[in-house]
Amino acid sequence: MSIYLNKDSKIIVQGITGGMGAKHTALMLDSGAQIVGGVNSRKAGTTVTHKDHDGNDVELPVFGTVAEAMKETGADVSVLFVPPAFTKDAAIEAIDAEMPLIVVITEGVPVQDTAEVWSYLQGKSTRMIGPNCPGIITPGESLAGITPHTIAGKGPVGLVSKSGTLTYQMMYELRDFGFSTAIGIGGDPIVGTTHIDALQAFEDDPETKLIVMIGEIGGDAEERAAAYIKDNITKPVVGYVAGFTAPEGKTMGHAGAIVSGSAGTAAAKQEALEAVGVKVGKTPSATAALAREILQSL
Amino acid sequence: MDLMEYQAKELFAKHGVTTTIGVVVETAEEAKAAAEKIGGVTVIKAQVKAGGRGKAGGVKLAKTPDEAFQYATDILNLTIKDLPVNRVLVTPATPPEEEYYFSFLLDRSNRQYLCIASVEGGVEIEEVAKTNPDAVKKIAIDPGKGVDAAKAREIATEAGFPEPVFEQAVTMIENLYKVFVEEDATLVEVNPLARLAGDKLEALDGKVSLDENASEVRHPDHAQFEIREEADPLEAKAKDLGLNYVKLDGQVGIIGNGAGLVMSTLDVVAYAGENHGGVKPANFLDIGGGANAQVMANGLDVILNDEQVKSVFVNVFGGITACDEVANGIKGALELLGDKATKPLVVRLDGNAVEAGRAILNELNHPLVTQVDTMDGAADKAAELANA
Repeated sequence: MSIYLNKDSKIIVQGITGGMGAKHTALMLDSGAQIVGGVNSRKAGTTVTHKDHDGNDVELPVFGTVAEAMKETGADVSVLFVPPAFTKDAAIEAIDAEMPLIVVITEGVPVQDTAEVWSYLQGKSTRMIGPNCPGIITPGESLAGITPHTIAGKGPVGLVSKSGTLTYQMMYELRDFGFSTAIGIGGDPIVGTTHIDALQAFEDDPETKLIVMIGEIGGDAEERAAAYIKDNITKPVVGYVAGFTAPEGKTMGHAGAIVSGSAGTAAAKQEALEAVGVKVGKTPSATAALAREILQSL
Repeated sequence: MDLMEYQAKELFAKHGVTTTIGVVVETAEEAKAAAEKIGGVTVIKAQVKAGGRGKAGGVKLAKTPDEAFQYATDILNLTIKDLPVNRVLVTPATPPEEEYYFSFLLDRSNRQYLCIASVEGGVEIEEVAKTNPDAVKKIAIDPGKGVDAAKAREIATEAGFPEPVFEQAVTMIENLYKVFVEEDATLVEVNPLARLAGDKLEALDGKVSLDENASEVRHPDHAQFEIREEADPLEAKAKDLGLNYVKLDGQVGIIGNGAGLVMSTLDVVAYAGENHGGVKPANFLDIGGGANAQVMANGLDVILNDEQVKSVFVNVFGGITACDEVANGIKGALELLGDKATKPLVVRLDGNAVEAGRAILNELNHPLVTQVDTMDGAADKAAELANA
């Protein structure tokens, strides 16, 4: 089991012919994921060729629209490598096609575009992960995004994180245990899938025995997650928060990573998590040690 | 990006929000001349990207041009919340009969927009929210629907704008929303929104924060709001080189890949510094995925120009990027920098192709480079070297 993504997931890539899209289509195929095609309205009817996990050539069709790609391939996941100026339209196209899961990797999307997409999504069947995220990996089964598939294999840890590189670092720290699914939800002020969504999905996933939750400064997603954990999550949760030394009013790399006045500090987030019994590590390695201790006692 | 008052008012005027921009000047002589031209009583206001200007002595009422000169002299010597005041705004004094508060903002928590309005304005809205919460109206805005004339009317009614200025308020709300969406702001605030003599509604002050992603994608004109000479020189240099850099107050220079890992690196260095004379991280610098020699050299160049820096910690987790590429990047950067590289470098590589990466640096055997295998160990070493 896993969350949101498994070996049966059929993935298309919006922006498959661009630099990033082509590079990561190849890497996703190499991980063993079922990539079934791509979309680019100007190159409809052509194909792109990559190697699959076993080194064989795979010819992938390029479709003009998401709806057509779904009809022809049965795709149920779309990964977006579309420049920020066009991300809103690409996401809305996928939502209109009733794509079950869209994963928006693109960094630099105007936040009002994401707000409009989120509004458009209400009452519809699509789940959005991102934007500005590494995507989602279910090791040994599938990869929709840019997370290296070689870091860690399958196992009992469910990981949800705002940051890509901290996802990789934590997967590496706990590679001897492995992961049910690792999901990067993104570092923008508004994202489609939150810590809370992932926590509930991991709670419902029988394979996940422990959840690692990584947050960072800005907003109140971690505080909300803490309140949610208190009432809804029975599995052990270990947390980590980055940005204790971040100054007020400065954006630290991620558009959403900013302390505004006294709001959004790492200390407040740590406090909220600890108040509901989540063990919070001071560093990534200390966090991994906390997780390790619990995993060994399970 | 936060704007100064006069910049915010320029955007207000562009979208039909009633306001008086006044005259922005950089010297007391110019302030005097502006006051003479405007005539009567004027207000001299410090232009800095910080709140609490009034309390800090940055806003004064000048009865004569000579007073304008004197106050401008005083204010231009002020530092408000660590920001030097380099310019003042001179506007006609228009005593308000009533003061209101109004804003549109991005509501991250609820993934929508929020309008906050109060007819008890002029003071800090947080204060009103505490003492008289019923007077602060919060109205959710659906980003998919926005604010049209009907919604503006609904907001004005909810806020309780009095009859003599009600219709003006409706128009102003519509235009303020235009500022919010057409300029891609994350905050548009008017405090005070004033009812002047003759029941004229006017934005006496303005605060606007712009979404930098949107400015990059579709508002090239927003570049005019950046005042380059006032930016930190190292931050300006980093920006020119396309680097994601924030200057901090510390001794350990930091280079890493990925925003989250770099933030985490700063924290780990600060903890390590507690055992080494209290040294702190000197900066945030995310070189992103492709850490080639040129990017690494640019990053090192910026950090080594920071006089406070005593050691540098390069912390890279090879995800897509292979560690051998990063190691070659460091090697190439040291060659490019030559004699300019003068401070010890602690390098921690892990992840993709880590063995090959470490081997390249071992072979290089550069006197300035120390390799440590773990992030915590490397942070400790970098802090120790910064305290030597």
